[in-house]
Amino acid sequence: MSKQINVALIGNPNTGKTSVFNALTGLNQKVANYPGITVDKKEGLCKLPRGVKAHILDLPGTYSLNASSLDENIVIELLLNKNNKDYPDVAIIVSDVENLKRNLLVFTQIKDLEIPTILVINMADRMVSNGISLDVDYLEKALNTNIALVSARKNTGVDHLKTLIANYRDLSTEPCLNASEIDKSYFERLQNAFPNQQLYKLWLVITQDVNFGKISRQEMDVAAFKTKSKSDLKRLQQKETVKRYQFINSVLKEGQTIDASKATGLRARLDRITMHKFWGYAIFFVILLSIFQAIYDWSGMPMDYIDASFAQLSEWTKATLPPGVFTDLLADGVIAGVGGVVIFIPQIAFLFLFISILEESGYMSRVVFLMDRIMRRFGLNGKSVIPLISGTACAIPAIMATRNIESWKERLITILVTPFITCSARLPVYLIIISLVIPEGRFLGLSYQALTLMFLYLIGFGMAIISAATLNRILRFRSKSFFVVEMPSFKVPLVKNVFITVFEKTKSFVFEAGKIILAISVIIWVLASNGPGDAFNKADTIIETDHANLSQLEIDQKVAAYKLEHSYIGIIGKTIEPIIRPLGYDWKIGIGLVTSFAAREVFVGTLATIYSVGADSPETLKQKMASEKRENGLPVFTLASGISLLLFYAFAMQCMSTLAVVKRETNSWKWPIIQLIGMTLIAYFISLIAFQIIQ
Amino acid sequence: MPTIADMQLGQKATITECSSDAIPFKLLEMGCLPGNKVQLLQFAPFLDPLYLNIDDAFVAIRRETAALICIEFGPDE
Repeated sequence: MSKQINVALIGNPNTGKTSVFNALTGLNQKVANYPGITVDKKEGLCKLPRGVKAHILDLPGTYSLNASSLDENIVIELLLNKNNKDYPDVAIIVSDVENLKRNLLVFTQIKDLEIPTILVINMADRMVSNGISLDVDYLEKALNTNIALVSARKNTGVDHLKTLIANYRDLSTEPCLNASEIDKSYFERLQNAFPNQQLYKLWLVITQDVNFGKISRQEMDVAAFKTKSKSDLKRLQQKETVKRYQFINSVLKEGQTIDASKATGLRARLDRITMHKFWGYAIFFVILLSIFQAIYDWSGMPMDYIDASFAQLSEWTKATLPPGVFTDLLADGVIAGVGGVVIFIPQIAFLFLFISILEESGYMSRVVFLMDRIMRRFGLNGKSVIPLISGTACAIPAIMATRNIESWKERLITILVTPFITCSARLPVYLIIISLVIPEGRFLGLSYQALTLMFLYLIGFGMAIISAATLNRILRFRSKSFFVVEMPSFKVPLVKNVFITVFEKTKSFVFEAGKIILAISVIIWVLASNGPGDAFNKADTIIETDHANLSQLEIDQKVAAYKLEHSYIGIIGKTIEPIIRPLGYDWKIGIGLVTSFAAREVFVGTLATIYSVGADSPETLKQKMASEKRENGLPVFTLASGISLLLFYAFAMQCMSTLAVVKRETNSWKWPIIQLIGMTLIAYFISLIAFQIIQ
Repeated sequence: MPTIADMQLGQKATITECSSDAIPFKLLEMGCLPGNKVQLLQFAPFLDPLYLNIDDAFVAIRRETAALICIEFGPDE
């Protein structure tokens, strides 16, 4: 049989659905404790016994088929459209042994759609510690299904699950209960009006606000089923839910025993500490502080090593290859540019490591709880904390993680302010400038440099909050805000999951950023190595006639500098210099600013390229920047210009990918354009003020 | 009629009514239904949001939502 079996993984958030997906497909995906992290379509192949293959689709976590967020709509739209190429031959409902009752709600709904359904009871390894025992045979009979007891953590039960998928044709498609009993006459009329349609499907079309293709809501209205008012419908839905729980409770009463005395009180103890009015915040603050200190302390050594290696590599290239344009391009353009990205791998990897641990452990939801009241004051939602924290890694996944904020206004504000959060692309810029202008030394055991970094994170966050509050007043539309957050149990993060997340994210950062940086480095190198007219092409003669009394070495340096100034890139930099001079920048930094509108981290690569052109010593970029002088002989990078530059990068919107994702998520160019202009103006004026004061 | 918003820390109660249209349906699906038990586990600062155990589900909701869910106190075991 060559046809693949289409399998859809469905289940509540926090049931370890993605772990089951990983176990089945071997494809490396992210597992998170926070609802909504599985936002994009994730699919994989799974080899079953007897050479059969299954196509596995990991659907976003959903509590039921009553959609209240964008993610949940995806699930319903797929399950109601038999023509969709992903329409499942078999659905796998993933449940968590500790929350079986609630997890079964969506199970009974899927059964009503007459889709063959397998029930996975995950985290089976936790049964003993929670005093739970199950009568699987009884449950299989009562629920009309086949059950696989799985522990994705201990890797047990997966083979059994594969066998069940292969034999999906044996599954019963009989619903577990008759939900239409809640209002017999209503459902009879409905069935009579559409005799060819499945009754439960019709009911979903009436109650849900999603797009179903074949039967349109208009048709339903014509059929006069709108006799039910919105709140009547809701009452009916509530009756339906009560009925489903009655059924589930009666099944679990027979099939599940919980010995409460055996359950450990660990969860309650941890909750009391992590959600405490004072200690909760103290812990959160200490965690953040440790992360920044760790990023600094642990990555210093590998970074110095990488920096030195690239400087050597560049030297070696020049010494080994025959001199010429190609060698210059390779050594000064490509190697210098790529080195500018590679050096930040240690820091970015550590950042992703910490965020992934916070998510995996279940701690993130506690932060949502602690922060909701504070965030609400600024027009945000407790759930905005997740985007704001993941924004420290990258604004793009962060903006996508806003999808489970149900209120459009709160979601929009979160999207608009998230790019203020210090993302990993700013780190390269911050780190090199901090190391240049902030003195070494320690205060209470924390280095000044680490404290400056922490301060930059804080002002990014502060600006996000201030902008949110402002937007909350400006934006006129009202939308209903609500907040229902499930608190998952604490789990020790799976090393494998954390490792995969760190590896995948770092890799994609390096390659995505690397591509842009490589391209821009080459362009800049070309623009810096060529120029129009005599000023560039006859630089040697001009300098030699002006400074006949200088040594050859000094003349060479003067020529190089003169050439750069009159190259194409020099002309661009010089053109914008008047605008940025009040901020303390020279035209070389200006070039960096221009190129970093593609992506912030390009700044470092750009400077590396600009300072390498014409320079002939094996210095690291940092040494080159430190020795860079203004026309009046003073260093370019001083405390004033450094701070001004740091602030500019903290606030300016310099990332094309973020603008693209904002356009996609808000479905209009209006918001990304507002973001671009607004943030850049804020950056300009704050840097201006800072430079003028410190100077 | 008392609501969840009237509960004291650690107190247990039984839900009697939750039919307001302003209650998110998701909450009902998590087990916030008449007859089910509820315990107040924790407040965030300013007594909002509230962290509850509703019928063995661990959920945080805002005070304004909690004030819509009617309860009767007890049983205290």
